[in-house]
Formats: sequence, C-alpha cells, structure tokens
Amino acid sequence: MSETEEFIPYIVKPREDTGLYNAKFGIWLFLASEVMLFGSLFSAYILLRVGSFTWPVQSEIQNVAIGAINSVVLLSSSIFFIRAWVALKADDIAKYKRFMYLVILFAFIFLFLKGVEYYQHFSHHEYPKTSVFLAIYFLMTGLHALHIIGGILVNSYYAGPGLYLRDKPNGKQWFINRVEVAGLYWHFVDLVWIFLFSTLYLL
Amino acid sequence: MSSEHHSAHHDHSHDDTHHQQSFWSQYVFSTDHKIIGIQYLFMSLFFLFFGFCLMLLMRWQIAYPGHPLPIIGKMFGADSMPNGVMLPEFYNQLGAMHGTIMVFLGVVPLGFAVFGNYLIPLQIGAKDMAFPRLNMFSYWSFLAGGMLMLSSFFLPNGPASNGWTSYSPLSDIAHDGQTIWLFSMAIIIISSLLSSLNFITTIFNLRAPGMTFERLPFFIWAQLITAFLLLLAFPPLEGAAFLQLCDRLLGTSFFLPTGLFVNGHIANISGGGNALLWQHLFWFLGHPEVYVIILPALGIVTEIIACNTRKSIAGFGMMRWSIIFLGFLSFVVWSHHTYLTGMGTNITAFFQTTTMIISIPSVIIVSALFITLWGGSIRFNVPMLFALAFLPMFGFGGLTGLPLGLAATDIPLHDTYYVIGHFHYVVAPGVVLGLFAGIYYWFPKATGRKMNEFLGHLHFWPTLITMNLVFFPMLIQGLMGLNRRMYDGGATYAFNHDILYWNVVISSAAWVMALAQLPFIFNFFYSMFNGEKVNSDNPWQSATLEWATPTPPGHGNFTHPITVYRDPYSYSLPGAPKDYSPQDQKEI
Repeated sequence: MSETEEFIPYIVKPREDTGLYNAKFGIWLFLASEVMLFGSLFSAYILLRVGSFTWPVQSEIQNVAIGAINSVVLLSSSIFFIRAWVALKADDIAKYKRFMYLVILFAFIFLFLKGVEYYQHFSHHEYPKTSVFLAIYFLMTGLHALHIIGGILVNSYYAGPGLYLRDKPNGKQWFINRVEVAGLYWHFVDLVWIFLFSTLYLL
Repeated sequence: MSSEHHSAHHDHSHDDTHHQQSFWSQYVFSTDHKIIGIQYLFMSLFFLFFGFCLMLLMRWQIAYPGHPLPIIGKMFGADSMPNGVMLPEFYNQLGAMHGTIMVFLGVVPLGFAVFGNYLIPLQIGAKDMAFPRLNMFSYWSFLAGGMLMLSSFFLPNGPASNGWTSYSPLSDIAHDGQTIWLFSMAIIIISSLLSSLNFITTIFNLRAPGMTFERLPFFIWAQLITAFLLLLAFPPLEGAAFLQLCDRLLGTSFFLPTGLFVNGHIANISGGGNALLWQHLFWFLGHPEVYVIILPALGIVTEIIACNTRKSIAGFGMMRWSIIFLGFLSFVVWSHHTYLTGMGTNITAFFQTTTMIISIPSVIIVSALFITLWGGSIRFNVPMLFALAFLPMFGFGGLTGLPLGLAATDIPLHDTYYVIGHFHYVVAPGVVLGLFAGIYYWFPKATGRKMNEFLGHLHFWPTLITMNLVFFPMLIQGLMGLNRRMYDGGATYAFNHDILYWNVVISSAAWVMALAQLPFIFNFFYSMFNGEKVNSDNPWQSATLEWATPTPPGHGNFTHPITVYRDPYSYSLPGAPKDYSPQDQKEI
C-alpha cells in the first residue's frame, strides 16, 4: 500500500505538532466516546440506585472471589500485551507471538469465568428482569464482554494472520503502530473492568 | 485523477490504479471523500423531502380534522387512512417519523456529513480523509440505518409513534416499531461516531503546511466542534437505546417504575426503574444535537458572507473562541428540556443560568456576521440571499428560545405550539436556508456548472415567505395555549376555537412551501448537466483553499503541493492587485 502511504500522510510517522500518527489520534477519540458510553451507563446505575427503595447488598449476591480473580486475569493480560509489544519492537517475532497467545488465552479465561458467574446467577433464578440491579449488572458486564470479544478478534488477527502486513513497504513500523493501537483499546477494556468490579461487586 | 498524480506513482508495484476503477468502485463503493459527500447529499436530500412529505400529510389532518384527504387519501389503505380519513395512530407515527427522519437522517447528515466530507479535506489542503475506508463504512451504515428506519413503515403496526424523543415508559410498552427505531438509531449513531472521529483526526493531522489553527476557515472550526459534540454526546443515547431495548426485549425495568398504570390496569412488569432516566440520557444527546444541527450552517453562512461582502469576517478570533465555548457549554444545558419533571429549584436555577450563558456565544457569532456586512460591497447572488436570510431567521429562532430557557415562562409554554414554532424557526428558516445556501455556493465546484439564478430566486422568495407564514402563527397559537401533538389540531378544547383558523393558514402555507421546492429540485438536476459552465476554477473569487483545486476536483484534490500563507478571509487587502488573495499564494 505504498501509494496510500504517500497519499495520506502520517499513517506511520507521527505528525510533529500533534505528536500522533492518524490511527493513534483516532483510537484516542474512539476511547473518549467509549468513556461517554460507559459513563452514561455508570450514571444510569447511580440514578437507579439513588432512586430505588430497595437495593441488594451487592457483595452478597455477587461472587466477589471470581470477580477479583477476573480482575487479576485481565490485568495480567494487559501486562502480557505490553511484553508482546516490546518484543515486537525488538523484532523478536517468536516472543511477540508467545505473549500475544497469552493475551488471548487470558481473555478466554476471563470470558469463561464470567460465564461461570452468569451460570451461577441463572441457577439461582436471577435474571435481568429479576431486579434493577441485576438488569444493569447484566447489561454493563454483557457490553463489556462484547468489548472483550472484539478485542480477542483483533488480537488474534495481529497474533497470526495479520503478520503478513509487516512485509509491506514501511510495514514493520506500521505493524508496531497497529499493535500499539490495539493495545490501547485492550488496556481501556481492562480499565473499564476495574471500574465495573468496584461498582457492581464491592460498593 | 490528475496526470501529475499518475506519473508520480505509476512506477510503484502496489499502485491502486484509481484511474482504472470500474463504475462501481468509483461511484458506489468509493473511498473518495468527495464521492462519499455526494452520496450523502443525495440520500439526505431524499430523507429531507420524505420527512417533509410526512409533515404535509399531518398538516391536512390538523387543518381539516376528520375530513378525507382528497385524491391520494385512498391510497394509504384501511390500516392508516380508512376512506382517506387519518387514524390517530397513523398521525402519531407520522409525527414521530417526521422528527426522527428530519433530524437524524436529513438535516444532520446534510450539514455535517455532506459538507464536512466534501469540504474538510479541500479547505485544509489534504488529499482525502485520514481514514477513507472508515469513511465509506460510515456512509453505508448510515444508509443501512436509514433504510431500516424506513422499513418500519411496512410493519403490521407501523413505525415508532412516540415522538422523536421516544419518552419512556410509553416507548417501553409500545408496539414493534419502537424496537426497529432503537436498532436503526444504534446503527446511525455508530455511523456518526466513526464520521466524527475521522473528521477530527483529519482536521488535526492532515492540515497542509502553514495551515495553522488561526488560518482554518470558520467552516472547519464549526465542523470540528460539531464532530466533538457528536463524538461525546451520541454515546449516551446509544447507552439509553441499549437500556430501552432490554426493557422491551428482556423484560427489564430500567425506565418502568413500580406500580405503573397502563389503560387502567397495573402493568405486569418487574418495576423499580426510573422514567426520568431516559429523559436525562436522551437530552444529554438532545441538546448538543441542536448545536450539531446549527453549527455547520453557521460555518457555511460565514464562508458565503465573507466571500460575497469581499471583506474579512469582523471579530474572527472572537468567533472561534465563541464556538469553542459554545461547544463546551452545550453539555451542561440539557435539563432545560425537563423543567416540568419536578426537578428541585437549585437544579433548575443551574440549568437556567447555563442556558442564558450559552446564548452569549451564539449572539456574538451572529452579531459578528451582521457587522461584517457593514461597509462590504455585497454581491446579491442566490447563495448570498439564502445566507442573508439565515441571519435574521436564526436570530429570531434563538430569541424565541429565551422564554423557554427560563423555568417560570417555560411552564405555561411547555408542550405548546410555541415550542414547535421556536424549534422550527431555528432549524427550518435558519439552518435549512443556510444549507441551501451551501448547495448553491459549492455546486459549481462539484459539477463545474452554476445553478440557474432565476430558478434560485423562484426557490428563495416563496420559501422564505411561506416558512414565516408556517412558523410565526405557531408562536401565536402556542402563546394562546394550543397544545402540540393534538390529533385534531386542538379542536377538542373550547379555548382553542378562536385560534383554529391559523391551522388552515399554516397548512396552506406549508403546501405552498412544498410547491416552492419544485424549482430547486428541477434546478438541481437540470443544472448538473445543462447549467451555465463556469469559466474558472474559482467562480466566486474566493480566498479559501477548496477553490485552488481543478473543477471538479479529481482524486487527490490538488494538482500541486499546497502551502498556506495567510488568513482564510483575505479579501480586499491593502496593496493587493485584486480584491481577494488566495490562501495558497505567496504574494498577496
């Protein structure tokens, strides 16, 4: 895509006055809108809870242990992502792949544990329509899980089939940029979980 | 595609060979920002016309409630208009879809997506958007969302019928049309989200050398602030749409309070929710949305006034700061839409204050444009007529909003025709005239031909007059207490009977206004192929960059590298040989 590279500037190199290449600028804006999306749901949570006559003691009907383990799982996955990116910058593709596989594996572990929690709720006849708390809990964690699935798709592409992109002209630095942008998204999804865990399990 | 561009790249093995593309990839599945802009143009004009037609139908029912609609009334079938007489359900559907289509599929795409796509890269000296394929995806998801919205007319129970605001709990228990409305809105929101992040990245990262932020045309500033508003204000509505979808499909009760009565029975719901939550989430989008509608038109009008007065814009720096301030402030005024929901007086006082403050930057911008006219050598061409009409009409729309921003006066005026009159003064005689001005002004750049002047006058004058005949009587009716959303136009209530004759006046004016659009439609298509050819790339002798391109601009826009040397409105500079000094010319 050398033509595109010259056609649209700052795909690989950052622009001097903004300090960002296009995709990084774009992903920060996307994450800003994601903050507003999850922010609106957190605000909805606050308004529903403040306006509600009854509210369950969340830590009693939630499996705090699994939630805590899941926090560790996602945080580790984020750390693996950074290790993968560092390896990629050092041109150590084997190491990069190893860490990317770990990122994806831990994302699946997160989803599995989330599924276990959902199963426990369902087996106690706790459904979204049971109470407003459960409704907002299922909605917010469900939306977050969709973000995890999206991240798995992107990360899997870059961990394997997408590697051919490095063979294009300028492709190595370009690929590092792509992985960095995917990483920013992944860290954001991780961060959202930290807020979800404290709000929906502990408060 | 220019020959220079070709020769510069023909030796690359990965050459995309844009000049050899098929018809489909060049005009249908195109990633070129100009083609995408024109695609948006056709679709948004179609949606505007469609939404307008829905309103024309409603106006028959308001003016002559219970009378069969002549000629076309029988075509609608027994589900909506048995024997040509409109059913109340159908009236509600028309009202909801008129608002939704006009706002989300008509005016916003026309102002933001059409002009933004076509002009942002041209005015900042870029070859395309930062993310061309994302841009194409935005257009196609907009189209999908719009088509999904239209498809809901074919549901057994018809489309959504709860107003464009879709207030809960009514929307939670409404028929299937509402579900389609929510899905379709979610798709449209994704489309505008991707567009706006594309626009912002483009404006920040793809400016030509020398194009500092002080040298950006005001139109670009308007698009930039609009994009930020869309980026940050639309996601809460997406969140709200998810919540309402759960209420409708999963049986949750986010917006359904315990003990909700429906048709005299306690509804069978889980309860525990809060109906006001929807209003807050909706208006958190809804108010910035008003500025999303207005700002692109303000930007267009600024470009046209600067060019056609042959003057620099008075207080250009102040206008930039005003629009930034306005953008920030538009996020903290939303609850002036909900004064009647029983908010506390402290909250009300806060939102009254911010609402009064936000009128200041709007007044600064409009005043600056008025002052620019002073001492200018004004050219009264068709785009300038529309732009000049925009100023007082938009000002009038803004001023009629002040009584609605104060809780004490809002209480009697709320949900009356006064609100309709105010809002439409801002959007129809205000913004839509500004958007028409933009179409007339940039038509020669896109097609190489001018639109016909005489037909332009034949479009402008009747439109201006009938718009005022439509919306001014609404203000009178509203002050007299006529409620909005009345299926029979208010005939039920005795106190309305003295003002019902205005309904006939308004409806007749609306139908004449529809006829007044025919010269535009004819002019638009006729001039595309048979209009007077422009004999230069810069027919209006403008100083901004979009006129430094060939006509129409090819793929890659500019035939030479662009460097910017001066302000966008460099007109009548002292010592200059001509009365405009293009931004990209080193010598004045």
